[in-house]
Amino acid sequence: MADMTADKPLISLQNVNKHYGDYHALRGINLDIRQGEFFSLLGPSGCGKTTLLRTIAGFEDYDTGSVMISDRDMRGVPANKRPTNMVFQSYAIFPHLSVIENVAFGLRKASMSKSEKMRAAEAALEMVGLKGYGHRAAHALSGGQRQRVALARALVLKPKVLLLDEPLSALDRKMREQMQVELIKLQREVGITFILVTHDQEEALVMSDRIAVMFEGEIAQCDDPEVLYRKPNSKRVADFIGVMNFLPATVRKEGETYLAEIAGLGETEITEAQCPGGVPVGEATVGFRPETLTLLYEGQSATHREAPAVVDEVVYYGDMTYYDVRFEGVEKPVRISMRNIFGRDVLGVGTQVRVSWSPGALVVFDQSA
Amino acid sequence: MKSLKTYAILYLIFLYAPIFLLPLFAFNSSTIIAFPLESFTTEWFTELLTLSEMHGALLNSLKIAVTSAVLATTLGIFAAMAVSRYSFPGQKGIMGFIMLPLVLPEIIVAVSLLIVILRMGLDTGAWSVIAGHTLICTPFAIAILQSAFAALDPSLEEAAYDLGETPASTFRLVTLPLVMPGIISALLISFTISMDEFIIAFFLTGAEPTLPVYLFSMLRFPKLLPAVMALGTILVVLSILLITIAEFFRRRGAKRTGNDTGGFL
Repeated sequence: MADMTADKPLISLQNVNKHYGDYHALRGINLDIRQGEFFSLLGPSGCGKTTLLRTIAGFEDYDTGSVMISDRDMRGVPANKRPTNMVFQSYAIFPHLSVIENVAFGLRKASMSKSEKMRAAEAALEMVGLKGYGHRAAHALSGGQRQRVALARALVLKPKVLLLDEPLSALDRKMREQMQVELIKLQREVGITFILVTHDQEEALVMSDRIAVMFEGEIAQCDDPEVLYRKPNSKRVADFIGVMNFLPATVRKEGETYLAEIAGLGETEITEAQCPGGVPVGEATVGFRPETLTLLYEGQSATHREAPAVVDEVVYYGDMTYYDVRFEGVEKPVRISMRNIFGRDVLGVGTQVRVSWSPGALVVFDQSA
Repeated sequence: MKSLKTYAILYLIFLYAPIFLLPLFAFNSSTIIAFPLESFTTEWFTELLTLSEMHGALLNSLKIAVTSAVLATTLGIFAAMAVSRYSFPGQKGIMGFIMLPLVLPEIIVAVSLLIVILRMGLDTGAWSVIAGHTLICTPFAIAILQSAFAALDPSLEEAAYDLGETPASTFRLVTLPLVMPGIISALLISFTISMDEFIIAFFLTGAEPTLPVYLFSMLRFPKLLPAVMALGTILVVLSILLITIAEFFRRRGAKRTGNDTGGFL
């Protein structure tokens, strides 16, 4: 079934623009979301991700462009007539109704008997793990339970798209991680397209099939989590997703090859594939993730290249230790993450170390990027 | 610290002692309102039952109070919704004018309304008192309802709309039940204000006096004074009861929405 619909997106946004007075909230958004996808809109607060979600839901109008859901133009179609349902950030559980009345709320106008509606609502409650909670008062539920009721209430209508506006931000860390896994499972089970809005990059990486990173009303990059993490197309995206170290470099062309002179690391050959914005001959910035670097202990030798450094700061996390080290001649420290393998000492501040790095793990950005 | 405490106590005595005198003399058998007290009697309360003019005034007052309360609360719902859900140019200024009767001397309101009505060649009566009372009750209703609407999460209405309801059915199924405690509380407060309002009623009541106006006219007959005391006692008890009920509903609503924005008590 996925193959039949793979070439045709379920949701298609073309050149969507929106202004709030002088403020350009959405800038030329182009986006295709496939049937059954877990899609995330990720960005810092104020980047327009919630506005975009509300535009798809039908709560916000847009100035130009088009929003299509299942090949149907959504212009002028109000939220109550769209095949989308929303889980609100505050959950928006009706406090004057019981749990089951909340879940069955959307079925009011459905052409089914009262007992059928109750059965559907019960089934939805069971799906989110709240079997037997139907007759509790909604205002007496905990945060996690409200979240589940909100999910059941939206899913009972079997929408084509479920929209989730920062649904986990109000939960504590443990609960949040548990709900992340449950949401992934639930999404696979029901096969409905989920669009999640979040400012938490870790959450987006964990849950999504694809992520659109937004800054200032624009989509900066839209890719699957692994590509986004390994091959960010700009310094800004790289900085937003996980931790990325940056060092200044100079790139020059010699015959058919490109050589980068990196501060503290020395010269290395780079390929065009490592430069998402094209090879920036001249001033450039190289980025690399903390886990692509390794501290070398006595007797170990580098698999690729090595450079001398001094430990500047040590952050111990139990399973991991983060070292901030300074390469020779570089003012800015670079972060290295090391797994705390049994029998390996945690090094102290000021220790002289050798750092192993591999040229293939570098991403090269335009200086201005 | 100590002097502040004394001040607070004296203040409370000054405020409430006269009210405590009311039941004291209402149950006193002497027709003269003075100490020492004579003996206990409920005679004045039974005498109330025989004053048919007073019954007319009471009925008149009830009619006016109920109508004014309903009008003020209805207007209050519209105004409170307009303020909490929309923003439009001149919003603050318009709200300022609507809330102005709260600080405007009632005598000014009463005299100006009387002049307008007479100039228009109309007769005063229950309707003109209702108009005046609606005017002074509306700001109170708005103040209560505004806190009820402010406590209402706007995404609740969006959620109902998102689940397929129309704006009208969203209002009926979600907004109205959730602000209902505020509506009841606004009705009761407006009713109480109208019930014991004197100045506007005195100027605009025409031939059919309201209860406070009737009571004022009775003060000329010392013989009837103890009965007035008895009536006053009943009114005090009823007022306290109504305000308590109003506050109970407001607090219950605040507890439900989990958002207490403070009331009058």
